[in-house]
Amino acid sequence: MGILKTFILGGVHPEEHKLSAGVAIRELPVPEQVVVPFGQNLGAPSKPVVKRGEKVKAGQLIAEASSFISANVHAPVSGTISKIDNVMDVSGYKRPCAVITVEGNEWEEEIDLSETLVTKEDYTAQEIIEKVKKAGIVGMGGATFPTHIKLMVPKGKKAEYLIINGVECEPYLTSDHRLMLEKGEEILVGIRLLMIALGVEKAMIGIENNKPDAIEYLTTLSKKYKGITVHALKVKYPQGGEKQLIKALTNREVPSGKLPVEVGCVVQNVGTAFAVYEAVQKNKPLIDRVVTVTGKAVKTPSNFKVRIGTPVRNLIEAAGGLPENTGMIINGGPMMGKALINPDVPIVKGSSGILILEDEFASRPIENPCIRCSKCTNVCPMGLEPYLLSRLARTKHYAEAEKENIMDCIECGSCQYTCPADIPLLDYLRLGKSKVGEIIRKRN
Amino acid sequence: MKNMLTVSGSPHIHGDESTRKIMFGVVYAMIPAMLVSIYFFGLNAVRVLLLSAVACIFFEWVIQKFVLKGPLTINDGSALVTGVLLAFNVPSNLPSWMVIIGALVAIGIAKMSFGGLGKNVFNPALVARVFLLISFPVQMTTWPVPKILPGNLSDVITGATPLGMVKEGLRAGQTLPQIMPHLPSYMQELMGQMGGSMGEVSALAIILGGAYLLYKKIITWEIPVSILVTVFLFSGGLWLVNPLRYADPFFQLLTGGLMLGAFFMATDMVTSPMTRNGKLIFGVGIGFLTILIRVWGAYPEGVSFAILLMNAVVPLINRGFKPRRFGEKPGVVPAVK
Repeated sequence: MGILKTFILGGVHPEEHKLSAGVAIRELPVPEQVVVPFGQNLGAPSKPVVKRGEKVKAGQLIAEASSFISANVHAPVSGTISKIDNVMDVSGYKRPCAVITVEGNEWEEEIDLSETLVTKEDYTAQEIIEKVKKAGIVGMGGATFPTHIKLMVPKGKKAEYLIINGVECEPYLTSDHRLMLEKGEEILVGIRLLMIALGVEKAMIGIENNKPDAIEYLTTLSKKYKGITVHALKVKYPQGGEKQLIKALTNREVPSGKLPVEVGCVVQNVGTAFAVYEAVQKNKPLIDRVVTVTGKAVKTPSNFKVRIGTPVRNLIEAAGGLPENTGMIINGGPMMGKALINPDVPIVKGSSGILILEDEFASRPIENPCIRCSKCTNVCPMGLEPYLLSRLARTKHYAEAEKENIMDCIECGSCQYTCPADIPLLDYLRLGKSKVGEIIRKRN
Repeated sequence: MKNMLTVSGSPHIHGDESTRKIMFGVVYAMIPAMLVSIYFFGLNAVRVLLLSAVACIFFEWVIQKFVLKGPLTINDGSALVTGVLLAFNVPSNLPSWMVIIGALVAIGIAKMSFGGLGKNVFNPALVARVFLLISFPVQMTTWPVPKILPGNLSDVITGATPLGMVKEGLRAGQTLPQIMPHLPSYMQELMGQMGGSMGEVSALAIILGGAYLLYKKIITWEIPVSILVTVFLFSGGLWLVNPLRYADPFFQLLTGGLMLGAFFMATDMVTSPMTRNGKLIFGVGIGFLTILIRVWGAYPEGVSFAILLMNAVVPLINRGFKPRRFGEKPGVVPAVK
């Protein structure tokens, strides 16, 4: 395979634990009730367009984008809106949600539910962006940035490459891996559509070398599609980070505070490419997704196709139930995922995995003094000095922290993962980032 | 399942690094040099090693328990490392009470008075060594003759170190070609068959330990390599200019505390810079100062002074040498058409 590409600065190698990599995607039964948060994108929460008591069909719009950076939300099931209220979501806060009691299995008529592959490409960029926007697609890797906005290249800029993120560098997670194996053809059509929308000739799919089957399969398939190449990458966390992936594939570095399009790149996740395929070719809005349920104590680590709004508890039950020694439930992977307060919160568009960690992971060791080993500095993929930034944040030297580029931190956690003194570096960095962000907003 | 789930910020897993592992890694890396010192200097070496290590740990415990009244962290291995390094930096026949004073200076003054592990500016073992050298110059520079290897009954090695012999000879008006025949051969210097502090004599044993440190990623290459290269180039330049007056670069590399300093003393995490460029500058500074002191200074050996002097400017180096930030060099981006 020759020399494998990867990014240069920093990075760590956590144990992979891809327990569910060989487990085919299984469709999870529709629950009796779903809870659909209106705020499922990085930007503004969407505005509800349905009322309590109203009957909805699966795929029907229930909340529309409320501002420029926002995304539509659709009913993932058919039934009755039993409540519109504040319910706890994955963030741990009570947020506006639609509670739908499931009745029957009615779908919006324009949605094509067949499995037939549609490879039609005669769309204009505008048509594709419109359909993506209508379908409420957001970045499926976890960042949940509205996809249609990423497809509108700012004036004066030009996209040259579409970068497709099939890296899945988080330990344990396998949802993207399974999707590539089982829906490879659909993903490639989705990539073609994204290329048309962006007006680019070249798309590169980056996949880490621990998924040789996916690399091989997509490489074979990609020969049928114009301009798409597949690239095996050396396994290194956080290669799935947008900036790191661009660096690995194009050797370009997105400057501090700038968007990838600055260096001619737009990055989309494989899950997003699949959602775009469904939206454009099948008129299906984003109402389900693949979620990995995993953990060393989980009886049957699995990959499920789940309707948005399904309680996390249902997924855990389907994977063999909550283990006795559960200490934490994580929405996402172990490096960047968020700990859940309870398992009754609903799956959202950005949930790529549910990771169950045993008791022993649920406590932190006592923080020891920094021995200035410089490991945090060596592993930082952004070239920052976490030991210094955490100290500046802790001592409230925010102006200095800003000068030391604290806002460049991508919160990958490599520093804290490596720290031999068990210092919660990222906690302090997050604190510093929020304070510095506040100061910057006030200044502008 | 318990009633409550734990919620905390990511990351939720941790690598297997720990302070204790690093410290014991350093101790393991010092085993070859320990064995060599015991081989050459016998039971006296065992005495100094044990005494120094136990005294360092004891003083740390006393200060933490009765003075700071804080948590006891003698298990982290850092005092043990200081203890062994201090023993490595003194002659094997140093009186026991001086070893104990050295341990008190290393732990009490150089480490704990700054706030303990991670807070000290200067390398504790070196502070103690220099303290002892200045306070007890006779005892600190009377070197026992290493036991001679069987079959190699050389009698050239006297009580002085090769560096001391060079300095003495030059002062007496001799030239280096006149002095050199009286010094140990390169091979003897490499194996450690020369006068010197306990742990510094065998370059080979230290390089072995250094290789282990590099393999375990406890140290990085920048500091030792930049020190050794600087010493080689600087002393090599002098030697080319006047080989009658200046010793050759191989001699400079193999004698004195240079190897020990480059691999074990200067690489002390707490007192060395944080970034690659900073480490390179730090190493170049140490190499340069070492030769400066060896050639023109009053003392025959300058490694410990050089390291302590460079320790003092580490905060400045950390300010001036930042890591390469991501995005500084965007790479080739085609212009917008």
